Amino acid sequence: MNPKNRDKLVVEICLLAGKIMIENGSEMVRVTDTIDRIAKNAGAFQARSYVTLTGIIMSANYNNGAQVISIDKRSFDLEKVSVVNDYSRKFAERKINLRQFYYALEHIDDTVPRFNKWMQLLGAAMVSGCLEIVFRDNIRDFPIACFIGMFGWVMYSIIEKYTSIKFLSEFISALGIGLLSIISINYLHLGNSVDDLIIGSIMPLVPGVPITNAVRDVLSGNLISGPSRGVEAIISACALGFGVAMAIKILG
Amino acid sequence: MQLFFNMILVYLGTIGFGILVNVPKRALNMGGIVSVMGWLIYYFYTQYVGGYIEANALGTFSIGIFGIIASRWKKLPVIIFNIPALVPLVPGGQAYQVMKYLATGNYTLAKSYLIQVVFIAGAIAAGFLFSEFANQLFLRLKKKIASKKEVLK
Repeated sequence: MNPKNRDKLVVEICLLAGKIMIENGSEMVRVTDTIDRIAKNAGAFQARSYVTLTGIIMSANYNNGAQVISIDKRSFDLEKVSVVNDYSRKFAERKINLRQFYYALEHIDDTVPRFNKWMQLLGAAMVSGCLEIVFRDNIRDFPIACFIGMFGWVMYSIIEKYTSIKFLSEFISALGIGLLSIISINYLHLGNSVDDLIIGSIMPLVPGVPITNAVRDVLSGNLISGPSRGVEAIISACALGFGVAMAIKILG
Repeated sequence: MQLFFNMILVYLGTIGFGILVNVPKRALNMGGIVSVMGWLIYYFYTQYVGGYIEANALGTFSIGIFGIIASRWKKLPVIIFNIPALVPLVPGGQAYQVMKYLATGNYTLAKSYLIQVVFIAGAIAAGFLFSEFANQLFLRLKKKIASKKEVLK
């Protein structure tokens, strides 16, 4: 491969790897670090990159133009982050070459497994029920908290599939959780406490990834991405809160 | 007995959240253990010393440290252990009370709960800060010792 083509491929690989990592909830230091390491291991020692939450700009050397990639959607899939990390490590050890690396990144959606729907439902039930008991010591409401948590998660994933507004799906599923909890306590008499039910069943929707990453990004001195992640976390939390508040306003 | 029961519940809840954010399968068990250790420290602090702010900071600090150890051991990114482990410490109860009292018009109580939420969030951030700080100190120390050994050779 001649150097010019090689540099182009390196830039493509770095941009794609960075995009996958940011889209799936990695922190910024890791992205910058991975991009630098890939470029260095590929022999592009003059590579420069600028990484933000919504896009990456990168050039391989002075002669080639810089390339840019924009990042519009963000979700959570930590397995993909670790898989890209693994590929980068393998590339550093010369176990795969540039073309294999690029191919692997392009087909990452097909190769990385996701827990299937039933496992996710079980996970949502586990989070809601278990944490409801841990927070509130209310064992009697365990099954109904599991059920409402599952319902909230299903609602969230369905709405997220069909709309592109993440905050809207959070708001609507929080509203649904609130309404269902109040109905099941006050009208159907299935449990003891509305508060405990809502607190438990909202837990699967907690924006844990943005909170953690916001803190880590700000600490590492990335003053563009850290605060924007923080804003994302705060808007998510507010969407959940307003959903619950509206449910209480309507029925409580 | 109650404590043991709660430990199992924290473990299961963490694994559940891990499934939702699609943590790699080989990290699920370790993530649960990290979470239980952090939660235990938080719990003992609130039971025997008192003060939820310090308890949260200490719990997150230990989660950070254990997460770093686990990530070294399993060769996976740190956030895979930190994110699910954080969930049992999230101030969900207080945040809910804020919204409830805002909706029912009791602004005084809402304000006092809001202050609690803000302090807990700050404590969690501080805990992460200190664990990162400890990690960097450790790395620096390791490098120094290694370079000294080189000199001695």
